[in-house]
Amino acid sequence: MQLTHDLIVQLLPAFAEWPLWLRVAIAAAVPAIVCFHFMALGPLVYVYAERKISGFMQDRLGPNRVGPYGLLQTVADAVKLLFKEAIFPRGVDRRLFVLGPIMVNVGAFLPFVVIPWGARLQPADLNVGVFYVIAVSSLATVGLIMAGWASNNKYALLGAMRSAAQIVSYEIPAVMILLVPVMIVGSLSLQDIVAVQEGGLHNWLLFRYFPLMPVAFVIFFAAGMAETNRTPFDIPEAESELVAGFHTEYSGFFFAMFFMAEYTEMFVISAVSSVLFLGGYLAPLPALQQIGPLPLGWFWLWFKAWSLVFVMMWLRWTLPRLRVDQLMYVAWKVLLPIAFALVIAVGWFVLWPVTADGFWWDRYVGWPLTLLLVGFLFVVMVRALLWNRARARALAPQAGAP
Amino acid sequence: MSQSPPGSNTAAAAHSPAPVGGVGGPESPPTSNRAAEFAPAAWDADPDTDEMVLNMGPQHPATHGVLRVELRTDGEVVKAARPHIGYLHRCFEKHAENVDYPGVLPYTDRMDYVAAMGNTLGFSLAVERLSGIETSPYVNTIRVVMAELQRIASHCVAVGTYAMDIGAFTPFLHLLRDREKILDLFEWTCGARLLYNYNWIGGVSHDLPDGFVRAGRDLLREFDSVTWPELVDLIIMNKIFIKRTAEVGVCPPELAVSYDLTGPNLRGSGPPRDLRKDAPYCGYESYDFEVGVGEGKFGPLGSCFDRNWVRVVEMRESSKILHQALDRLETMEKTDVHEKVPKRVKPPKGEVYVRSEAPRGQLGYYVVSDGGINPYRVKAKSPCFTAMSVFHHLARGMMIADIVALIGSLDIVLGEIDR
Amino acid sequence: MDAKAIHDKLVGRFGDRVTGADLEAASPFATIATEAIAEVAAFCKSEPELAFDNLMCLSGVDYPKADPPRMEVVYHLLSYRHHHTFALKVHVPRESPSVPTVEGVWGVANFHERECWDLFGIAFAGHSDLRRILLPDDWDGHPLRKDWQDPDYYNGLHVKPTAQMAERAMGGERIGVGPFDFTPPNAHIEEG
Repeated sequence: MQLTHDLIVQLLPAFAEWPLWLRVAIAAAVPAIVCFHFMALGPLVYVYAERKISGFMQDRLGPNRVGPYGLLQTVADAVKLLFKEAIFPRGVDRRLFVLGPIMVNVGAFLPFVVIPWGARLQPADLNVGVFYVIAVSSLATVGLIMAGWASNNKYALLGAMRSAAQIVSYEIPAVMILLVPVMIVGSLSLQDIVAVQEGGLHNWLLFRYFPLMPVAFVIFFAAGMAETNRTPFDIPEAESELVAGFHTEYSGFFFAMFFMAEYTEMFVISAVSSVLFLGGYLAPLPALQQIGPLPLGWFWLWFKAWSLVFVMMWLRWTLPRLRVDQLMYVAWKVLLPIAFALVIAVGWFVLWPVTADGFWWDRYVGWPLTLLLVGFLFVVMVRALLWNRARARALAPQAGAP
Repeated sequence: MSQSPPGSNTAAAAHSPAPVGGVGGPESPPTSNRAAEFAPAAWDADPDTDEMVLNMGPQHPATHGVLRVELRTDGEVVKAARPHIGYLHRCFEKHAENVDYPGVLPYTDRMDYVAAMGNTLGFSLAVERLSGIETSPYVNTIRVVMAELQRIASHCVAVGTYAMDIGAFTPFLHLLRDREKILDLFEWTCGARLLYNYNWIGGVSHDLPDGFVRAGRDLLREFDSVTWPELVDLIIMNKIFIKRTAEVGVCPPELAVSYDLTGPNLRGSGPPRDLRKDAPYCGYESYDFEVGVGEGKFGPLGSCFDRNWVRVVEMRESSKILHQALDRLETMEKTDVHEKVPKRVKPPKGEVYVRSEAPRGQLGYYVVSDGGINPYRVKAKSPCFTAMSVFHHLARGMMIADIVALIGSLDIVLGEIDR
Repeated sequence: MDAKAIHDKLVGRFGDRVTGADLEAASPFATIATEAIAEVAAFCKSEPELAFDNLMCLSGVDYPKADPPRMEVVYHLLSYRHHHTFALKVHVPRESPSVPTVEGVWGVANFHERECWDLFGIAFAGHSDLRRILLPDDWDGHPLRKDWQDPDYYNGLHVKPTAQMAERAMGGERIGVGPFDFTPPNAHIEEG
């Protein structure tokens, strides 16, 4: 907000004279609107990416008709959904039916207020940033239950109840794990958490107290996936059981809103994970933080969040889904005890003066692991490409074949 | 199947019984509201209890066809399940009495439309047994090749859609990629991808084209080296898949035999009963292959995982048989495939019950002939029909998500159940 | 055991309730008196040398031209233990046919007998849930009988439109639909 204020003052010196309430209002509204628009366009890209990625994983092409390489596919989908009739089935509670998707979207977009894209590039730097994120992302649950109840449909209700139970259960390990970086940093503000990770990849919170923090990251990521109802936790919208779960009865634009909310939430979880564990807007090497006068922080955060979104999609198309009681089992009997143990362990290590700055091997773990991972991915991709080429060559000439 | 609701204001008498055979004149057809009389008694859940009647209706992504399952659930736990079939009934047996024997073959194709080669094979075997026709070894080898290719293709659909029901979308597409190659081979041979009318009484409809053996070998090479190992790694040995399927839907072998589960459903519960070994036909006794059985590796014997595992193993064994059959085709003496096909099929008076090992179980045909050119009676005993009969028993006590797993593991095709 | 030995065993136990046999047929069978079928079925399953633990198929067949006119219920049995098969037949009259159920012996008979009832009208005494299985619940008649005639109407719809009806329909007349009530089943629910 301060940054916006300064920018406007630079453009319009008279702005500094305006009454305080007006200045605050404008300086707060502008980044909110800009941020919201940017994030609202996100699902367009995510949907296309998901369809292409899933296509390649399933040995098919994905959209390739609408626009070059199918890039305009989501635009076509959005136009179609906008023009579709928004059907109100008989017996629905109209107000709740409309309010459901709205609440879910509110819960999905509000966390963007505190996500830092740069040292000052943040709509609002709340000093309770982490707390705020948890609080507002729970609004989505209320919207889901509204949607399920208002649909006048047993399947939708079942889906909504399952979803509510799942989200609430997985919030607990997620919140417990959120305490861990907060304890290390000593502040709830997301800017402070990023500032602590300055200096390069080896300083990222992911590699502190190795191997405790990577476990924390995995738990947070898994719990986050459960919050967004992604496979393997997508029981609430299990296609093969409940048709479409809580959004069975929604069509047209409302359905588009649920979709938008789901993909935005995915990005939120990825962005929050990146900020907390992967260094936020910091580059792996301090030298890459700027290109001349152009700061690259936004690019790095975007890159990290995008990689995590890709991992979410990867998992969705690989793993089957857990049954609802197994889901609960994982949340309460696996993730929660580990989260508790982590909080206690890390808390103790932080308080103990000997390890207050981490284990002695933390500094040397970051780069080797990252290089190993990148190398492994590179090797896998190269092998896949070579195999693909060999197969294409083997299949090409088939004399006498149909 | 829609009827006017009980409280409606239809003009004519709502409850007048319609005469049998329908004699109403063209001006005033009798309105029928008979449905109300046939509502199954005492099954409606008491509104004062916590139980809910949930309908997995005829239109549902996971019921493998138009199957309606009425569930009475207490929250997520199923207290009782009642399947309703008949949505795809197409009067196969009545049609069979009105067309001649070769004319019945396309009707049989359409029963189990996912694995159509087996249906015509079964009927042809039955009529050949009645008529005393013996097909040549070349025709038998072709029949074996087609049947085993169809078995792999059918199991691709079965295992792929099962994985999809459990939530993993990718193996379905990988398996269907290989199924497409098999269907290409079928199309090359007889022109049809799904409903072939291939096995005729006394022979087959088209001879194998040149290059079929090579194309078949290419297909199998990729299937053996890539698709099958990937399938096992990706989904079958996946921990989540095992947890979803290995403790669910356990069917003890005595129950399986009593309810006439056959094929992979029976072998998943333990008994290694395979018609290709027990009562071989078409020369199956000369091929070297194993019979897959459920092993109870990850849970009780006879679970959904075991039935599915039998199908996976069967795909590998079919590939083995195919290799042997393709080798034989190269060196075998080729005879005319229409040599023994009679101009007019008129079996002598008599009746026979012949079974064959279709991908879904034992498909049996009971053919009664009165010496004429039309069959007197054809009864098709489809393996899925009897598999549905045990459904209500296995479904008690499981969760709604497991119902889907159970239906998928029984591998039903409604075309076969309803005929 | 071969067909002759099985037949001898049945005759030995049930005497003249085994009313006939054809052991030279492609699928050998023995005809059983109708009232005794449940007992014979239980014996076939429990007797260790027969051990027919599986009912492969239960079919009805209609013989209106036989003398006397009759319907048959054919049971094809299989023993997994001894790897032998056999068939049992039961003759029933064409008017109000009734056969004791074998549901207690083989569980699969539940579905098979329902189908037989549905398509032939053969009632199975003692069946736990004898109702239609393949045809709609409100269907009249038993179609697989040889004297079946398609009805003209079903629920207000013409079953087999004639050529004259097709001509009238092309002329714009509304053909083939009777006085049908289009009120949906959930009309009583209030608008939200």
